[in-house]
Amino acid sequence: MTDRISLTPSRHLKKRYRAEKRFKACCIGALVLAMAFLVLFFTDMIRQGYSAFYETQIRAEVTYNEDTVEFAMDSVSEEVFPLVSRAFFRGVPRQVENNPDLMDTTQTQWLTAKADVDQYLKGHSESLDPEMKASLEQLQADGDVGYGFNTGLFFSGDSKIPSNAGLWSAFVGTFYLMLVVLAISFPIGVATAIYLEEFAPDNRFTQAIEININNLAAVPSILFGLLGLAIFINFFGVPRSSALAGGLTLSLMTLPVIIISTRAALKAVPQNIRQGAQAVGASRWQAVRDHVLPLALPGILTGTIIGIAQAIGETAPLLLIGMIAYIPDAPGNLTDAATVLPAQIFTWAGMPERAYVSLTAAGILVLLSLLIVLNATAVILRNRFERRW
Amino acid sequence: MKPRAQSSLRVAVTTAAVLGAAGAAHAQDQIRVVGSSTVYPFSSYVAEEFGATTDYSTPVVESTGSGGGFKLFCQGVDEDTPDVTNASRRMKPSELKMCQENGVEDVTENVIGADGIVFAQSKQGETIDLSREQITLAVAAKVPKDGELVDNPYNRWSDIDSSLPDREILIYGPPTSSGTRDAFEELVMEYGSEHIDGYDEGYTTIRQDGKYVPSGENDNLIVQKLAQNEAAFGIFGFSFLEENRDKVQAATIDGAEAKRDQISSGEYPISRSLFFYTKNAHLEEVDGMEEYVDMFLSDQMIGDRGYLKGIGLIPMPQDQIEKERSEWEERVKVSASDLEG
Repeated sequence: MTDRISLTPSRHLKKRYRAEKRFKACCIGALVLAMAFLVLFFTDMIRQGYSAFYETQIRAEVTYNEDTVEFAMDSVSEEVFPLVSRAFFRGVPRQVENNPDLMDTTQTQWLTAKADVDQYLKGHSESLDPEMKASLEQLQADGDVGYGFNTGLFFSGDSKIPSNAGLWSAFVGTFYLMLVVLAISFPIGVATAIYLEEFAPDNRFTQAIEININNLAAVPSILFGLLGLAIFINFFGVPRSSALAGGLTLSLMTLPVIIISTRAALKAVPQNIRQGAQAVGASRWQAVRDHVLPLALPGILTGTIIGIAQAIGETAPLLLIGMIAYIPDAPGNLTDAATVLPAQIFTWAGMPERAYVSLTAAGILVLLSLLIVLNATAVILRNRFERRW
Repeated sequence: MKPRAQSSLRVAVTTAAVLGAAGAAHAQDQIRVVGSSTVYPFSSYVAEEFGATTDYSTPVVESTGSGGGFKLFCQGVDEDTPDVTNASRRMKPSELKMCQENGVEDVTENVIGADGIVFAQSKQGETIDLSREQITLAVAAKVPKDGELVDNPYNRWSDIDSSLPDREILIYGPPTSSGTRDAFEELVMEYGSEHIDGYDEGYTTIRQDGKYVPSGENDNLIVQKLAQNEAAFGIFGFSFLEENRDKVQAATIDGAEAKRDQISSGEYPISRSLFFYTKNAHLEEVDGMEEYVDMFLSDQMIGDRGYLKGIGLIPMPQDQIEKERSEWEERVKVSASDLEG
């Protein structure tokens, strides 16, 4: 008997080990490839985008008086004027209006430079008007040219003046949109899932519903845009480009994700919890409300956050309902015209001015950071509160 | 059955609340502009200036393409239809008819200036002069040969005309959905084919054998491709040439340079007028609409020293600007007879 089982590795065994090693190498290779693409993408975005987070500023004496309120170009010296962003001069009358103390004073201020100057100093563009170059060199020699954090990137809306363009209106729009998506798809999604999982009888009809929900999760997002346009805007008269129209449309997309993940979370709660509750006299509804739902909540929230994160990055359906447009004012309520982060990135990517290249990359970085935060929250929630049985 | 009733009640309440809010919102204090993607940068520049320097809220400008703009604009005179539509071509008589059928009767047409379409290549390459006929032969799907139309056999520019460089034909241009493509077909191919023996009528079908590469709506991408490949040409709007003069240069067309003066005077042949159309029925209802149009037509914007020139608009001569302004003042209505011919 012992003769027949040899403890020295047979040829056959070696072959199996080799196959295992090959398989493992393949898997690691795939992972390395995926990581390499990710690293490539991130380094490229950071390389292109980091310079948009700071801006060139020029120190100048600004005179505020009645003349310069009317002809703002006279508020700074002739040499400085061509180098400073036009957004500043346009804002001079407003500045004085908001702060009357400024009238008849001269202030030394750091002013945001024109995008041409900014791009030239950052090395993105080689051409600059020779006269501007000369005055810029003079200012540099005097130490009047500096760099500061680009607050406008976060706190001003879109602009056709690149040095004035920012993400603020897109932030607010995204926030409103998510509010609508959450308010609609979370209650409807969770309620649907609870019914299907806990109460519905298992028959042809509920099976058909289940197949349809799974199918809906795979429908291309542009179709939801068409649906949103036809139903919410044309039929119900929701204002075009509004956060409400966008939120309703994206809710349709998020719903199946929430339903599927909620059902999975409910399924993961062991049957004996329900039976235990019912054994001591709880009704089915009480068992679900007091025992099953709280235990499934971390899973439900994870699914919801992932669904919302998906909706934040969505652009295609918004194209059809007019949210990819020039909307520089942040919306004040749900029916105002609004734009969102991915839409802003899309708009910037098509602009001719060189400065928008780094703005686009910076926008992508901001959007990615937001998504990483959201997804990390989902992972943390799951790890902290999920119970294993 | 109680639990079922409760969850469906919740659904019903949420839906009702959302739709109720939607129904209540209808008052309009914001101008809505739709239309051509070529006019979009100019129109949104004016919109921004308008929002920043007046007390009205900034108009919403949506880039839908010229045709898409007319479709939305001519839907009717309800408050939620657009107030202004931009176009990189004139309104078609059929579009005016659609407008009139839906009650949009009183529409004013204004020209804001012109836009040139350039035929560009890498800055590294040698300068080149092309005629519209040569370009047509390079991009057409079929060319005349020995009295009949055959599939385009030309692979190199020197095949078309021995005076042209021995250089591979590779052209990145706009896709069919683009207004730039329409203009290119009309201004280059239609003209070209009418001046070449062998085409019976204007011929505007572009070859699909990989020599002409439709490159999406993003012209920045074409500029990048040209910088990488010296042999390639790209077709895009004048403003992209202006912004990228350190990377690309334009071919001269029929001896005319792609420069502002030449385009404005009409010497440079591939240029088109840019328009916007105003729905006069909305003038009373929408706050600031009149002021927005006034600002658009002011010298500060479309004049020879205006802001829009800085972002690539080719201004019209002063007397024409004044004519546009007086037509707006008198609210001259577009009629079908204007649009024909």
